[in-house]
Amino acid sequence: MVVPTMQSNRRWSLVSSRPDLDLPLTGCMGKASSMALGLALAQPKTRVIVIDGDGSLLMNLGTFVTIGEQAPANLIHVSFDNGVYATTGGQPVPGSHRVDFAAYAKSSGYRSSHQFEHLEDFISSIEDLFSAEGPVFINLKIQEDLDDLSADERMAMPSLVKNYPAMKDLFAS
Amino acid sequence: MSDNAAGLDPRSILKEFKKNKISHLVWLPDSETNFMYQVMTSDKDLTVVPVCREAETIAIAAGLQLGGKRTVVLVQNTGIFESGDSIRGIALDLNLPLLLLIGYRGWVRHGITKDSAAFYTEHFLHSWGIDYYLIESDSDAHLISHALSSAEANSKPVAVLLGREYS
Ligand SMILES: Cc1ncc(C[n+]2csc(CCOP(=O)(O)OP(=O)(O)O)c2C)c(N)n1
Ligand SMILES: [Mg+2]
Repeated sequence: MVVPTMQSNRRWSLVSSRPDLDLPLTGCMGKASSMALGLALAQPKTRVIVIDGDGSLLMNLGTFVTIGEQAPANLIHVSFDNGVYATTGGQPVPGSHRVDFAAYAKSSGYRSSHQFEHLEDFISSIEDLFSAEGPVFINLKIQEDLDDLSADERMAMPSLVKNYPAMKDLFAS
Repeated sequence: MSDNAAGLDPRSILKEFKKNKISHLVWLPDSETNFMYQVMTSDKDLTVVPVCREAETIAIAAGLQLGGKRTVVLVQNTGIFESGDSIRGIALDLNLPLLLLIGYRGWVRHGITKDSAAFYTEHFLHSWGIDYYLIESDSDAHLISHALSSAEANSKPVAVLLGREYS
């Protein structure tokens, strides 16, 4: 199951093969990784992938420590590190050139932590990364790529609020 | 760590959890609920998930609930203020039947509280439309079951305030 948030939300929706299992967190900035943690703890046999934003990570930095402490083997934490708040127009994220997210993850207890600056490197490691025991953190240094969505396009984006009613009994006992 | 000077035994709360098959407690400790720490963390049927900041609790609980685990959140009233956007964007927007157990810092039975944390607590819950119950002693513990049933019947979060007076 995948929990995308912010810009990854739209990117993921373009490629997702099981949108019915996606949990796109549109508001609630910073909490995608926390929701993914809860799901990973509840369903240890389900692989949970969260695709975070750099600004979102900074808003909930303690999440690294909370996840590291629980250390769910089935959790993969990806970050779209574009250096900006792309969703709100591309304003710079504070400290973006100094902050080392992968180091935060590592020192918080993730089983492995990586950063990629080149797509080819990421692609050649992807199988290993996604089959490794978690929690795995993968920081993707990506270029800012602003969306210019109309209000209607924004409203049509997938969202957890829309998906949730159909999902809430997925694992009901 | 566990006293029951205020007439509320942590085992009464644990009993309510068991009755309602609660398996997970997402918790950031506070003085008001410290008396429960030993009992809750040493129970083998209850998994306590500690967090660094209260706003995480609502999202973690939502993930656990979606994953089929019956989950309660336990934070101080100050932590509820910290969690505003998660209460809005997750607990309320998803209509989560989630029990928020809240340490009522500054609560006084008689007189007027001098603590703004207490002063704003009920105003805050009112403004979200979250119903709440007050627990002071063992004889009130059954309100936990009542709160959980009402959360489930109405598909919305509910709060139980733990009032313990300090002299
Ligand atoms: C609590 C809160 N503060 C501010 C906002 C406004 N906001 C929405 S998206 C966003 C930027 C998110 O940045 P990032 O996580 O880096 O994701 P990106 O848009 O770059 O993919 C901000 C500041 C919000 N939604 N919630
Ligand atoms: Mg960003």
